[in-house]
Amino acid sequence: MTAIIALVVVLPLLAAALALATGTIPRLRDGITIATLLAVTALSFVLLVAVERDGTVVLRVGGWSPELGIVLVADLFAALILFIAVATITVVELFAIGQRRTPAGANPAVVSPILLVLTGGVCLAVLTGDLFTLFVAFELILVSSYVLLTHQGRAAQIRSGMTYVVINLFASALFLFGVAIVYSATGTVNMALLAERIPQLSSGVQLGIGLWFLVVFGTKAAIFPLFSWLPDSYPTAPTSITAVFAGLLTKIGVYVIIRFFTITEMNDLGPLLLVVAGLTMIVGVLGALAQDDVKRILSFHVVSQIGYMIMGLGLFTVAGVAGAVLFLIHQIPVKTVMFLSGGLIEDDQGTSTLSKVGGLATSKPVIAALFALPALSLAGLPPFSGFVAKLALVDAGIDKGAIAIVVVSLVGSVLTLMSMTKIWLGVFWGAPTAPALPASSRTSKRFMTSATSIAVLGTLTIAVVAGPLWDMSERVANELLDRTPYIEEVLAE
Amino acid sequence: MSAALILGVAGLAAAGTFLITARSLSRIVIGFALIGHATVLALIAAGGPSGDAPIADGSDGSLANPLPQALALTAIVISFGLTLFVLALARRQQQLTGNDLVEDDIEDRRIAAIHGGLHDDGIEHDHGEYVDEREWTIPEATTPPSDAARSGDAAPSDTPPSDGSAR
Repeated sequence: MTAIIALVVVLPLLAAALALATGTIPRLRDGITIATLLAVTALSFVLLVAVERDGTVVLRVGGWSPELGIVLVADLFAALILFIAVATITVVELFAIGQRRTPAGANPAVVSPILLVLTGGVCLAVLTGDLFTLFVAFELILVSSYVLLTHQGRAAQIRSGMTYVVINLFASALFLFGVAIVYSATGTVNMALLAERIPQLSSGVQLGIGLWFLVVFGTKAAIFPLFSWLPDSYPTAPTSITAVFAGLLTKIGVYVIIRFFTITEMNDLGPLLLVVAGLTMIVGVLGALAQDDVKRILSFHVVSQIGYMIMGLGLFTVAGVAGAVLFLIHQIPVKTVMFLSGGLIEDDQGTSTLSKVGGLATSKPVIAALFALPALSLAGLPPFSGFVAKLALVDAGIDKGAIAIVVVSLVGSVLTLMSMTKIWLGVFWGAPTAPALPASSRTSKRFMTSATSIAVLGTLTIAVVAGPLWDMSERVANELLDRTPYIEEVLAE
Repeated sequence: MSAALILGVAGLAAAGTFLITARSLSRIVIGFALIGHATVLALIAAGGPSGDAPIADGSDGSLANPLPQALALTAIVISFGLTLFVLALARRQQQLTGNDLVEDDIEDRRIAAIHGGLHDDGIEHDHGEYVDEREWTIPEATTPPSDAARSGDAAPSDTPPSDGSAR
């Protein structure tokens, strides 16, 4: 099994080099990209099944001890998120192959290799067992996101790309300072060792480390008040790129927040996390209500939904963390699908501004269906996956007695539904509008629609298997809060 | 851990942060270079007391801690690559607008204007006032200097208008 852990990180990076070298032969390049992504998806599924059955798998790179070397750890949490993330990237690459034939599409010679680098970075970030490798993984993800965002070189992309790059570079610098602080306080960057040593520090130092990393990871995850770069930059990229960003980048930030704050026992930060969570939900969704462009509305929803996951973590109970994990599992595909269907609207109409499109419900019923299903799920209506995840969070909140955050989260849900209704009214009802662009080719439409359909089916599957998923999430939460299984597996001789 | 190192970290980080708050990307690049140095110094400082080079075997004196040095090297390489990327970004911005200033979010300003009480008549709803890059057509009347640079007249830079794909 340890071989699989190494493969899911190395395979995409090697394939990225190949895809770059074969950039001039489109069929070969696309073949390599898709084959690699499918292979990594399959490998991560095998890993998930194995971890679910036999428990955590640990790989010590080069055989070094955890004090000195890099360890890659696949526990149930990591394996779950890894599989969902890689599967999502694969579907988006299918969409991108279709979209590249249209004027709004990204340059495939750039996107294929860079998307593979991003995949490698995501795998590494999810699997890594030490803080510094996490920094390297974040840089892999961010560098590829910089390129993906700006490679077309259009004015809006360069403008928003500058904000995006500067803010993320600054957060990365803070991350390095954080690594230095942690190393000088504990003498290690390995998470399992940190789990033993950080709780022994004086409470002031613990609090300082916790707050420092809350800012660092919070910037990546776009929590309030560190989110303003997100709705500015995401909508300017081609849809396939935005879909990956929305589905994965912030979610990896949340994954790391959950991982780091549970393993270092930062329970004292719980109330602060709840306040931040509530503000993130409400400010995000209010921002969405003010917008009049599908992609911008959805970008603000990315921010808003982050709040729910932080809420689950902030409760620091098994039910709360399990809710956050389930919400994370539901968000990655749903958020991606929302942007993909937004891309279908844009491809069909040439724009996604609400006032310029209308009547798609009659003229393009397929797009309407592909938008409506994940939108209802996002708003948290039964029987979709969003309902299951939100119910779990609300339950956990009531159990803990945190009524205020429960009320805020419900208000946030209602406002989410309102802004989804706004998109529905603007885009799908009303008088049909004529497309502003010449229609893209049938093949590309077929590719994009089928990729979106696969993704919608995926999100519906989550609702169907919600029972087993909830059991898994509870197991994950138990492991995260208990901490001993992780520490023992990593440090075992 | 010497006081000089700590002061160095603090000074570099402060100067770097000050430069990053500027609008000009060339200042921001220098700011990040300074902050990058500060992080490297901080990592070295975190490694504890100084000592001999941790290479030779058989050395029985006190060796410096090699782990933070490995981390610092990685950090240097990454910040080097990113500096180049930001420079490329600044170059592209200069081609487009004639300078390398970070601009405001146009769409955000437009939304703010719509919701700023200008909602009751159709005029302020005129979406032609901003450049919607997604539509691939840029109206003649737009004011941002990007168009001036593109059409080649009155551009403050001496770079010829060029398309990203041309290079």
